[in-house]
Amino acid sequence: MGLADIIIKLVLVVIIFAISLVIAMYSTYAERKIAAFFQDRIGPNRAGPWGLLQPLADGGKMFLKEEIIPTHANTFLFIAGPSLAILTACIGSAVIPWGQQMTIGSHVIDLQVADINVGILYIFGVVSLGVYGVMIGGWASNNKYSLLGAIRAASQNISYEISMGLSIIALLMVTGTLSLRQIAEQQHSWHWNILYQPLGFLLFIVCAFAETNRTPFDLPECETELVGGYHTEYSSMKLGFYLFAEYINMFISSAVMATLYWGGYNYPGMDWVLAHTGPAIGPLIGVVVLFAKIFLFIFFFMWVRWTIPRFRYDQLMDLGWKVLIPLAIANIIATGLWITFIK
Amino acid sequence: MSTFYFIAFLSIFFSILVITAKNPVHSILYLILTFFTFTIHYVLLNAQFLAIVNFIVYMGAILVLFLYTLMLINLNKESEPRKSNVVKIAGFIGGGCFLLAIVSAVKAFNGSQLVILQDPNLGLVKNLGKILFNEYLLPFEVSSILLLSAMVGAVLLATKDPKTT
Repeated sequence: MGLADIIIKLVLVVIIFAISLVIAMYSTYAERKIAAFFQDRIGPNRAGPWGLLQPLADGGKMFLKEEIIPTHANTFLFIAGPSLAILTACIGSAVIPWGQQMTIGSHVIDLQVADINVGILYIFGVVSLGVYGVMIGGWASNNKYSLLGAIRAASQNISYEISMGLSIIALLMVTGTLSLRQIAEQQHSWHWNILYQPLGFLLFIVCAFAETNRTPFDLPECETELVGGYHTEYSSMKLGFYLFAEYINMFISSAVMATLYWGGYNYPGMDWVLAHTGPAIGPLIGVVVLFAKIFLFIFFFMWVRWTIPRFRYDQLMDLGWKVLIPLAIANIIATGLWITFIK
Repeated sequence: MSTFYFIAFLSIFFSILVITAKNPVHSILYLILTFFTFTIHYVLLNAQFLAIVNFIVYMGAILVLFLYTLMLINLNKESEPRKSNVVKIAGFIGGGCFLLAIVSAVKAFNGSQLVILQDPNLGLVKNLGKILFNEYLLPFEVSSILLLSAMVGAVLLATKDPKTT
């Protein structure tokens, strides 16, 4: 690996970080605009044209607010909680393939930071680690509502991780590899995995909602029962980190869903486009397609949030253990039978 | 090699903190860090699958449940049970015997002879899966039955006896 390759990787890392942060920032704007549309309101429209500068104003407000650390809180863990939440949210993007290999002059550029051969498991590990930020923050606040929110988050994540893992196993039986790059390449043009794993995708997206704590599974921060849930005691940018981490998680899980099930950067007719635009521009069109898919998923997350009310806690657990896990196991068996007898 | 010594030092350092920390929740957090250093050890040994499974199962699931239980039971420090001196001495002697047994086992094993794997890429998912489902199929299936029986046992303990209710 020469110096040029290292510089290219570093630039790629910086670009991906910047993109995830900007998308998370404008997701807050999009969420408010979409909520306004669903409720027949106008939404933020004061800061800049169409309220486009609203996220900057919100960010400035978050930074300038008074920072309060409760006297009975555990100071170190109180700060570690939101830091951990944003850290685990940001490192998930490392293994996602953003596009095909780009060739500029004599340089071949991989549009992926790290192609490790256990890519899916890495994502899964990062997701399972994400709950620590919420748990530590909730416990360190030394507040009963925060603690209840943290405990809810922990049990919810553990329950839905199981069915998420099982739905991924069925996908792995179809693809035969754990590397996200190879999975993306297998879905060339229109051979998307959603055609082979529709039930698996349905299970995965339900679990993704639960893992990112989005409505209808946002019980850890259910304000009618728990004030603010695990971030009741948080203020200023530490609260901002928790909210930001949720939007970054949404972006990353949308990217993972697009890559695993909806073809990633592939689209019908990509060979023709690639032949006519050349190896430098062609892959970029793939990147644009991937981002279009990601934005559709982010919109879906918001659409569901402003349409469906949240579950009761026992309903949440019933759905996780009594519906999703048996369905996921049935899906694995059906996939096995399909591979053995039909394929 | 220096990476190994550094990580090994961190493992031992965090595991000592696990048993000396006053607060049980801090203890669990140090245990999480200890398991994280184990994950790095596995990566250094080129056992990627084991590393990531250790990461998901131990750090991501089992220790979350540990933390979950502790948060539920350890809400105030006063209710924490104090151990009597007899228990402490008994624990010390028991632990010492265990340490002695481990040291003698390592001695008897003759660790100076290096074990060289025939295939250095054994730890990669593909090779590991092939070996588990060909060469070691029987022990693999037997251990899965062991896990299943543990699960059935847990369910049996949790369900109430219909006669007593």
